[in-house]
Amino acid sequence: MNVNDYLLLFCGMGAVTYLPRALPLLYLAHKKLPQGLVDWLGLIPVSILSALLAPLLFCDGASRSLHLGKPEFLVAIPTLAFALKTKSLAGTVLLGMALYWVAGYVL
Amino acid sequence: MPHLLTRKNLSEGATAAWPICIGYVPIGLALGVLAQKAGIPWWAVAMMSLLVFAGSAQFICVAMIAAGASIPAIIFTTFVVNLRHTLMSSALAVYLTGVSRKFLALFSYGITDESFAINMTRFRSGSWDHYSALATNQLANATWVLATVTGALLGQFVPQGAFGIDYALTGMFICLLVLQLQGGIYILTGLLAAGISVSWYLSIPGDSYIVGASICAATVGFLLQRRGRVS
Repeated sequence: MNVNDYLLLFCGMGAVTYLPRALPLLYLAHKKLPQGLVDWLGLIPVSILSALLAPLLFCDGASRSLHLGKPEFLVAIPTLAFALKTKSLAGTVLLGMALYWVAGYVL
Repeated sequence: MPHLLTRKNLSEGATAAWPICIGYVPIGLALGVLAQKAGIPWWAVAMMSLLVFAGSAQFICVAMIAAGASIPAIIFTTFVVNLRHTLMSSALAVYLTGVSRKFLALFSYGITDESFAINMTRFRSGSWDHYSALATNQLANATWVLATVTGALLGQFVPQGAFGIDYALTGMFICLLVLQLQGGIYILTGLLAAGISVSWYLSIPGDSYIVGASICAATVGFLLQRRGRVS
């Protein structure tokens, strides 16, 4: 591919990525939202985070199969406990990294 | 723009964004290395990270270029993979009502899974300046561009898995999930989303499990919440 091909490809990808990010916000931020929608949207962050995390912890990505007891999951248990106790983002991230690093040698 | 980012916005943004930035380093390096192996030059990687700024779609793009896919096919796949951001953009609207469209147009560029999670948590806990949220997005973006280009230039010299850095984003998501759990209905919705997500992930190929499980779980949670309120 030459410069023009790359430019065309990435501009196209950029446009179809930007529009879904921008249109709902541009539209909804200037409307009075019904309380029902606000309540529903309030449950979206917890749902998205959980939906993103669960397959990372319980499934093998390459074979796309259930895989219980992955290092990612084992490390997640103390990491989750620490997060629940301290609510500290910095501490949780650093603890998770340290445990995962150690797990790489031990498991 | 009424005012540019102040020093305070930048330092607040940096305080919020650092877990994202740490997490982006190994992923960006990996992407850069794969791109280089697929014969994509470093300047094209920079162009892609600036124009697209979407991790998973960029990985898929590199794989598709390596497999000789057509430009329309790659663009269409990108569209499908990134549709989930409509949900995040909608949820952010609750906290950005009445903010100028110019700001929103700029802010939207930086909405990713990671910046969404950080900014939503901050917005919900109160007084999160939306300019600091913008700084968070842009710092994450700058890190992403740097990491991917570095990967394309000299990624093959970086050791794999050092310091457990591959776990940074997972650890961040775990803590942000905990911060979202503000009552029984949130815990229930989170558990539902996890269960649906895993089943969906195992039975349906592609990335639809994120949007699918989120919408299902939020809807069930919403209906339960409403019933609880009525009775």
